[in-house]
Amino acid sequence: MDTVFAPATGALSWMWLLIALPLAGATVLLLLGRRADRWGHLLGTATVGAAFVLGLVFFLQLSGLPDDARSATLDLFTFVESGSLNISAGLLFDPLSAVFVLLITGVGFLIHVYAIGYMSHDEGRRRFFAFFNLFVAAMLLLVLGDNYVMMFVGWEGVGVASYLLISFWFNRPSAATAGKKAFLANRVGDAGFLIAIFLMFASFGSTDFQTVFNGTAANNLASGTVLAIGLFLLLGACGKSGQFPLQTWLPDAMEGPTPVSALIHAATMVTAGVYLIARSHPIFSANETAQLVVVSIGALTLLIGCVIGCAKDDIKRVLAYSTVSQIGYMFLAVGLGGAAYALGIIHLLAHGFFKAGLFLGAGSVMHGMNDQVDIRRFGGLWKYMKSTWFTFLLGYLAIIGLPPLSGFFTKDPIILAAFNREGWQGWVFGGAALLGAGLTAFYMTRLFILTFHGPKRWTDDIEHPHESPAIMTIPLWILAVGSVAAGGLMSTSVVNWLTPVFGHTEHHEEKMSHWTATGLTMALVVLGVVIAFLLFRRGTALAEQPARTHIVRAARQNLYADRFNELVLELPGRLLTRALVWVDNRGVDGVVNGLAAAVGGGSARLRRSQTGFVRSYALSILSGAVVVVAALLVVTFG
Amino acid sequence: MTTMVSADTLDISFPEVDYLALAPLLIVFGAACVGILLEAFLPRTRRYSAQLVLSVVGLVAALVTIVMNVGEDRPAFAMSDGSRVDAIVIDGPGLFLMGAIVAMGVIAVLLIAERRVSAGGAFVAHAAVAADSKADAAQARHPGATEVFPLTMFAIGGMMLFCVAGDLLTMFIALEAFSLPLYLLCGLARRRRLLSQEAAMKYFLLGAFASAFFIYGVALLYGYAGSVQLVDINAAIAASGNSQVLLLSGLAMLAVGLLFKAAAVPFHVWTPDVYTGAPTPVTALMAACTKVAAIGGLLRVFNVAFGNSGNPGGPSLAWDWRPILIAIAIATMVIGAILAVTQTDIKRLLAYSSIANAGYLLVGVIALGQALGATLFYLVAYGFTVLAAFAVVTLVRDSQGEATHLSRWAGLAKRSPRFAVIFTLLMLAFAGIPLTSGFAAKFAVFSSALEAGQTSLVIVGVLSSVILAFPYLKVVVLLWLSQPVEDAPAVSMPGFMTGTAVTVGVVFTVLLGLAPQVLLNIVDGAGQFLAK
Repeated sequence: MDTVFAPATGALSWMWLLIALPLAGATVLLLLGRRADRWGHLLGTATVGAAFVLGLVFFLQLSGLPDDARSATLDLFTFVESGSLNISAGLLFDPLSAVFVLLITGVGFLIHVYAIGYMSHDEGRRRFFAFFNLFVAAMLLLVLGDNYVMMFVGWEGVGVASYLLISFWFNRPSAATAGKKAFLANRVGDAGFLIAIFLMFASFGSTDFQTVFNGTAANNLASGTVLAIGLFLLLGACGKSGQFPLQTWLPDAMEGPTPVSALIHAATMVTAGVYLIARSHPIFSANETAQLVVVSIGALTLLIGCVIGCAKDDIKRVLAYSTVSQIGYMFLAVGLGGAAYALGIIHLLAHGFFKAGLFLGAGSVMHGMNDQVDIRRFGGLWKYMKSTWFTFLLGYLAIIGLPPLSGFFTKDPIILAAFNREGWQGWVFGGAALLGAGLTAFYMTRLFILTFHGPKRWTDDIEHPHESPAIMTIPLWILAVGSVAAGGLMSTSVVNWLTPVFGHTEHHEEKMSHWTATGLTMALVVLGVVIAFLLFRRGTALAEQPARTHIVRAARQNLYADRFNELVLELPGRLLTRALVWVDNRGVDGVVNGLAAAVGGGSARLRRSQTGFVRSYALSILSGAVVVVAALLVVTFG
Repeated sequence: MTTMVSADTLDISFPEVDYLALAPLLIVFGAACVGILLEAFLPRTRRYSAQLVLSVVGLVAALVTIVMNVGEDRPAFAMSDGSRVDAIVIDGPGLFLMGAIVAMGVIAVLLIAERRVSAGGAFVAHAAVAADSKADAAQARHPGATEVFPLTMFAIGGMMLFCVAGDLLTMFIALEAFSLPLYLLCGLARRRRLLSQEAAMKYFLLGAFASAFFIYGVALLYGYAGSVQLVDINAAIAASGNSQVLLLSGLAMLAVGLLFKAAAVPFHVWTPDVYTGAPTPVTALMAACTKVAAIGGLLRVFNVAFGNSGNPGGPSLAWDWRPILIAIAIATMVIGAILAVTQTDIKRLLAYSSIANAGYLLVGVIALGQALGATLFYLVAYGFTVLAAFAVVTLVRDSQGEATHLSRWAGLAKRSPRFAVIFTLLMLAFAGIPLTSGFAAKFAVFSSALEAGQTSLVIVGVLSSVILAFPYLKVVVLLWLSQPVEDAPAVSMPGFMTGTAVTVGVVFTVLLGLAPQVLLNIVDGAGQFLAK
């Protein structure tokens, strides 16, 4: 099937406004500085709200188009023109970008509103909203670009915004370090993405989606090249989405303000990797090995996330590892290919709602508890913050996949699809996904009970935990409604909506029936909930418990991922740097300094010929003239 | 003298004069003459403003007439019988060179006229008063002599004539016409008069020496070709079986005279002393305009007389003179750069930089027609940057006048960041950093020299510019990273005129770096010298 995009018509030719609005917001807020302190947050929220309305208008226009022409491209200007390299700054609005635009602007708007309350006491609120707007603009560029280079520009833009926001409280050393860590881990992934772009340019002479996809579909390439492009894209995706082996930065990124964790490190930016793979589906579908690698990474990461999530006591870190694990599910889905692409996307959308809600709920708890994040120091909070408790409950039930909440409609089909993969792989990946569901139920129940129920274990400085103001709880309620309803509403409609992008897929013979899979999943989920309930209904000890088994010890150490990075990446890097510095000091500098000394010495010696006496100057001119005349004659007659 | 010419054999036919072609020269020389009359008839207090207006208006008018001449290449004189009189040749490159001299001349005049930065300006009121005498101390408060304006105009007119002279005698007259006023101007510094007078004396003696070589070369060439017109010499080389010794000796002598003005090694020895001793505005004039004139003269002589642009495919003398000129260019680039490394005085540093830049320009001369456009571009790019640099030098002052010793410049960025940014930009342009005019100019000259097959020259050129980058960056480091000295000099606020000079120089430096194509199109459009 050839990929053909139609040019934009009507309102869609204004789609650049989607990016321009938040970008203008960021520019105004950054340039005006303190003068915008009083109303900056309102402007920042308004631009994202306006972008959401625009996105809705564009979405409606797109849905009015016939199925086979449901896309719109818009050429803005020539971005790079150099020799045979010609990259236009073009946008593409198709069903896939449309759902992302709505997610980014919709959830983004709610989180902006929430942040007005959350950041109200912070001196840097205007700066915060400027970076937040910058992030939204870059994220929209990422999902709207019609070629890989534009996507990369957005990709780097969200990276910068993420870095700025993780280190937002830059006077805290831990925040600054976390920012750096996120930046470095992302650089590794970005380098992979760049190499993939170079490979595309070398193979197809272009980086726009249409040419690349049709080129892949034409099957003219060596399968090795397709595999290489796929794997390097995957490396990029792993960096941005916190997948194995680049997952360690994401939990540390929770050093940023909580709205940042909700918007960037749960709902939108970290799903960019899933978007990248879904967008590049013709490349991954063309190579089974690439798909297998994606599936394996997804399955592995979802387990890593669950296991570490069980061992953490920091409310935001548990949620962060839960994000790592849920994105693992999405990778698993988009790696399976075929009908599962759409499953990955709907899980992404549903996750955007409930994880944003959970993070904002966590933020609300922290807001009422003097920024305490240790769940061993909560307990019994349901009485004091009813809205937060109830919305958190809905989000919790949604993530563990209780029917009829949204996780049930989006996670179960992925588990089923994993089981239905051919041969032994089906059992391995399906089993991993199933186990992950059980573990998720366990650690989320633990988190929920320890936070809101059981005995109070507060620190002494807290007398009355308080509910957050309405500006924070209203977004919580809206997101909670989304957590409940989104899955059921989306499970068929969004899959149909995305059909023009991913194409129709015929159904295979199924290894396991829908009902068996659901039954198994439910059984494990209930088991996880019950175990956690029994263990933690009376609260937990305040002190760190001795780790009796290796698995607990390993999980508390993030499964040694940081240690691994130190040993395998950092140590050789440091040794190499030291060696290079040595070579530079002794070898390169030696040569350079020697040359410089030689020039300087020569200069000092030559200077003496500048005596200041006219007679010696005249002699110099005379001898020069004699030499010139003599040389000319010698050259000619000699 | 004693030859008797009988009336019937004497047939004097006057050439038809193309006054439009002569207009730029007539205006500038005319303004200079009127300026002298003003000195005689105007009261002392009114002279300054009248002279300034006269000079600027004259130069601007000259620029207008230069533009009006664009498009038609022709000699300014035409004999009714069709025989050639090439005394003055108006052609594309000639017009461009004249235009460059006039445009930079306006800036130089502004610098010369500046009286705000130091009371009374950079020039002394009565140069004849013995330096450091009681009378000299008494005249310290008097405003400077206004004779500098007509002198400058004569110098500028001479330089213009030098670039369009089509025969060697006119060229010699032009050479003297711009040299003599410069000798005088060099000795008129208000402060450090002895140094200034010494510089003038040295310049005069050595200049006279070099002029002697020049005129001797002209005589030998006349002996060879029977004419002093460049085209005739070229035709004689193609046709004649006369003594090559005459030709080559003449060529060598002529080259010595020209290379002296261009400050090529080993004829550069006057440059550091004169650049340092002369009043800084005059140094700026010499570094910008005289460089254009000297290189312009070299370009015309070697392209028209000793190249084979007049008879392509015919025998060319280039094979004979090129090795010598290459050796001189290499020596100039390398020695200029190396000597710049250890300089401790900013004016001396810029003098050696000017020598090294003469070497880069010689690369363009050696590559002949192919690099002509690039060489013209280089002249303009370098000229405006060097004008701005010397203009900034006039601003850094302490109680002794200009503080030119580099140790006094340490840490100036802390007190005058704007000044430091500007000077840093100029230094980067000299060093040839991309996005400045210096890079575009070097790139243009070196790449067209490569096309002309001068690979070895280009390699040496690039290496020497690496060496030369060091002293420039040393100044930048000194400005930004050193601790200021205790009684650090102050950077004066520039008056309108110096401010204009700095602004124009900086704007050209940036614009020619960002969009060199505009000027490159103009120099390409200027075409080649009129050689037939």
